[in-house]
Amino acid sequence: MKYVVRRLWQFVPTLAGVVLLVFFLFNWVGGDPAYILAGKIANPELIENIRRSLGVDQPYWVQLWIFVRQVATGDFGVSWATNERVSQIFATRLGPSLTVLLPLLITSTLLAMAAAMLVAYWRGSLTDRAIMIGCTVGQSISILVYILVFQYVLAYQLGWFPVQGWGGTLGENLLRYGALPVLVGVVVALAPDIRLYRSFFLDEINQDYVRTARAKGLAEGRVMWLHVLRNAAIPIATNVMIQIPGLLAGAFLIERFFSIPGIGREVILAVERSDFPVIKAVTIYVAIATMIINLAADLLYKALDPRVELE
Amino acid sequence: MSLWRLAWRRFCRDRVGIVSAAIVLAYVLLAAASAAGWVARDWSNEVGVSYAPPGFLGRDTVQEGLGEVIKAQPRADYGIPDPLGAELADIHANVSGASGRDTRAKTLAFGGDKWGRDVVQKAIKGTETSLVVGLAAAVLATFLGTLFGAAAGYRGGWVDDFFNWLYSVFTSIPYLLLVLAVAAVLDQKGILTVILILGLTGWTGIFRLIRAEYLKHRVREYVLAADAIGASNARRVFVHILPNVSHVVLVQLSLHVVLFIKSEVILSFLGFGVGVDTVSWGSMLAEAPSELILGMWWQIAAATAAMALAVTAFSLFTDAVRDALDPRLA
Repeated sequence: MKYVVRRLWQFVPTLAGVVLLVFFLFNWVGGDPAYILAGKIANPELIENIRRSLGVDQPYWVQLWIFVRQVATGDFGVSWATNERVSQIFATRLGPSLTVLLPLLITSTLLAMAAAMLVAYWRGSLTDRAIMIGCTVGQSISILVYILVFQYVLAYQLGWFPVQGWGGTLGENLLRYGALPVLVGVVVALAPDIRLYRSFFLDEINQDYVRTARAKGLAEGRVMWLHVLRNAAIPIATNVMIQIPGLLAGAFLIERFFSIPGIGREVILAVERSDFPVIKAVTIYVAIATMIINLAADLLYKALDPRVELE
Repeated sequence: MSLWRLAWRRFCRDRVGIVSAAIVLAYVLLAAASAAGWVARDWSNEVGVSYAPPGFLGRDTVQEGLGEVIKAQPRADYGIPDPLGAELADIHANVSGASGRDTRAKTLAFGGDKWGRDVVQKAIKGTETSLVVGLAAAVLATFLGTLFGAAAGYRGGWVDDFFNWLYSVFTSIPYLLLVLAVAAVLDQKGILTVILILGLTGWTGIFRLIRAEYLKHRVREYVLAADAIGASNARRVFVHILPNVSHVVLVQLSLHVVLFIKSEVILSFLGFGVGVDTVSWGSMLAEAPSELILGMWWQIAAATAAMALAVTAFSLFTDAVRDALDPRLA
């Protein structure tokens, strides 16, 4: 408990840093947003009005204060492109993102664990080496190619899936529209995950307790599924946890190609339209989520492995 | 025997490492030749017809007579001679393929793009762009990471606190989101911009490793001995410790080349990367969706093959270098 409180206190300087970094980027490097907002037919009067309403005619410390207040209240104003409230954008985009991400995360983790356990058990064999080479080659192909080829072959040519789109009900989204995006995501995630998890399994397989378990006559299946799997699952669980925030924003390519109205697609749209309030809000929210999830990952690690001492 | 000669000897025994090193070297030479203008200099020339198919497929794969659509129309000129008439007639004749002067090839070695540019030349030029971006950004990120890591690990105290704080700030924002945010703010395309974006955001992993190495080395006897004979701080950091952690730096440099090549491809694909007058693997892939619908697969195939081979070779090369430099891991 004391540990949690102390970690929560450590959030403060980090979050302050993120706020400063975002402020520095958007208010200092980014130039005058009034010119972006006023568009092509700008007159000085209009620009002056926009500058006043945004507060960019104020000194930097006043602007910083405005931004800090936005972060504290969670009210980032309205999108410059659509005039939608930024908080409203998030509330409506989170659902579709999670509809794709959760099945993706669960499927890819289970498949990668199974494959990693197999190749770690047969380490050095032809199967192991073939799968490892396959992973290296698979990892070297850009995610863009996977998306393009899968969408073209499976959806456009064979017609097994809708090419893109999003429906109204959860079941329809999950089974009809979400299936191909999840499939692509799983294929992309498998190669690096198998490599990483294989190293986790190898770490455990060479431990003394495995030899002991074998020496006392336990079946191989029991040794692998009970003893080794449980121990290797600890770093895997942590690894899955810390992947989540990156996935939330990082699935933007998948969301963009399959027209899924999620957070990732919103980020791309915002960058294309120079929609600063949305990008700022995403960055701050995802940073907060990252910090919370990292803390949760540490606590989970402690819960799974009582030997770990949190300091 | 020096560390480097031992590592070289171990490296030579690694057959996969030798092959991948040869491929990496070939790519670097190709990129250098392209930069010097020896190959793929005329990549932007429209040498073939639009969507010229690869030579081995034959010319029947695309509908003949795309030019028919743009046949010369009879125009009323009210008796005034058209000042551009001669040129226009020339263009029409060229487009419809009626004149014998059409020099544009009907097929190209590995096909052409929408404007009839040779895909092989584009892939070579793209190799140059992607390698330059990957290498330069990796050098920048490695330089920053090493400098920050050395300062934090060696000095400790408030310097360490400051860089740790910076590290936690940068790592609490997912990498691609940070890259996109910086791209949105800079809002200008170009090779230099991409290098800066990737280099300035990508130093965190190297920083953590180098900091840990300096923490470890700072209290070793050889550093204390250097202190005793009066070596300055800068001399201890850069002359005494740095060579002993340089294998970490080298491996990280190589790893980040791969990471940045992949990131550049995504950035250019989304249109936030290199400019329109430059070709990279990412901008080649960006043309692929509309081509695939028409059944033109050669450009995506060329870009994917060039990138997959380069990245695989670089990854295996990195593994081989790491094994050679740090045999305990093997």
